[in-house]
Amino acid sequence: MKTISAAVLTDTVAKLCIKANTSLPEDVAAALASFRQAEPWPLAKETLGLLEDNLTLAKEKNLPICQDTGMACVFVELGQEVHIDGDFEQAIHEGVRLGYGEGYLRKSIVADPLRRVNTGDNTPAAITLRLVPGDQCKITVAPKGFGSENMSRLGMLKPADGVEGVKKFVVETVKLAGPNPCPPTVLGIGIGGSFDKVAALAKHALLRPLDEPNPDPYYAQLEQELLEEINSLGIGPQGFGGQTTCLGLAIETAPTHVAGLPVAVNVSCHVTRRASAVL
Amino acid sequence: MQYHLTTPVTQEDLAPLRAGDTVLLSGTVYTARDAAHQRMMELLDKGESLPFPVEGSALYYVGPTPERPGEIIGSAGPTTSGRMDAYSPRLLDLGQAIMIGKGARNQAVKDAVKRNGAVYLAALGGAGALMAASVRELEVICWEDLGCEAVRKLEVENFPLTVILDSQGGDLYESGPAAYLASL
Repeated sequence: MKTISAAVLTDTVAKLCIKANTSLPEDVAAALASFRQAEPWPLAKETLGLLEDNLTLAKEKNLPICQDTGMACVFVELGQEVHIDGDFEQAIHEGVRLGYGEGYLRKSIVADPLRRVNTGDNTPAAITLRLVPGDQCKITVAPKGFGSENMSRLGMLKPADGVEGVKKFVVETVKLAGPNPCPPTVLGIGIGGSFDKVAALAKHALLRPLDEPNPDPYYAQLEQELLEEINSLGIGPQGFGGQTTCLGLAIETAPTHVAGLPVAVNVSCHVTRRASAVL
Repeated sequence: MQYHLTTPVTQEDLAPLRAGDTVLLSGTVYTARDAAHQRMMELLDKGESLPFPVEGSALYYVGPTPERPGEIIGSAGPTTSGRMDAYSPRLLDLGQAIMIGKGARNQAVKDAVKRNGAVYLAALGGAGALMAASVRELEVICWEDLGCEAVRKLEVENFPLTVILDSQGGDLYESGPAAYLASL
């Protein structure tokens, strides 16, 4: 049994909160650059260039890339042979509190959805825990902005709707979102499972690097087809028009019930952030 | 076309602007998001005046990140404007001239823009560091308890914006994608 102290967990989460908010993952930055190269519409190309300038400026000035430094979504893959010396969840919340304070990140969480008083330190984190074999602890902090989160959708389709129904639902979601989620977007798509599981699949899909297609060729092809269809809608960067509406999308699936075809689309923006560490 | 404007602005200043034009805005801009708008409505309901001179004013829908010591402002890109749709027509009717944010507006806002010769301008969504670079001064003027949603008075210089809704009913979110698709 390996022991990881709660203090180390806290320190790691704090550092990841700051890192994720100030530097974009390489795969997302690379997608932005390659879509700018390929963009045929001048205004759209210029707009994508400004989004790249923003990344450079954020780095130079030590500023968050986006002012919505998000809800701190923390994903932990905890090895079964790891013992956490202390309160696991409290250690993560404390890391978020420290990271958002020391990093001058925005505190965007209200304690109650209707009475809406800001917690003042961006806690609590939204924690997703998976127990896995082994003696490692992998932590990913993926701050999620709500301009795009608010454009996400979930549908309980009929099995007869099939793959065409799923495609229609995803494309419809992008059309309904229009300029609101700060396109070009990144989409996490869940298919299957149950009402709650499909949303978790969609969220988890946002963690997959954009240059990694689904390992199943059937779904890799579906990802490619959907991306092409979305990028023919014309919404373009910021909704000003153009080819580049979506930088990439990932599909995650799960077994489901004979009577159902759940689908969820978690919309994210061109500032799709994630940073990981392994303890 | 690119226009240089300085706040407060008049209807005449805004009349030539068309959806798709760019604006470099200078002068005073006030920040307000959902919670601040709600409090403004409460003030108006009680017959009290707003915490800033509304005539010809510009409101920026933003909640910046906290500024580091010695810095003027943190990251400061726009939030989704649609959440302010319920409040904007009333403010436009009182003289607010410029709304700055990102994302689609409803018909009531579009009508109020036409009725009052106002404009809705987009800042670059998700480009908080870039937008912050035009801010020269910042002062929290009220409702400090709202944290990032408190009303701030910003002095901006050549703040880069794009006209989305103009006083003639133009809407870049419709005409921009349509023009691109027509070019194919």
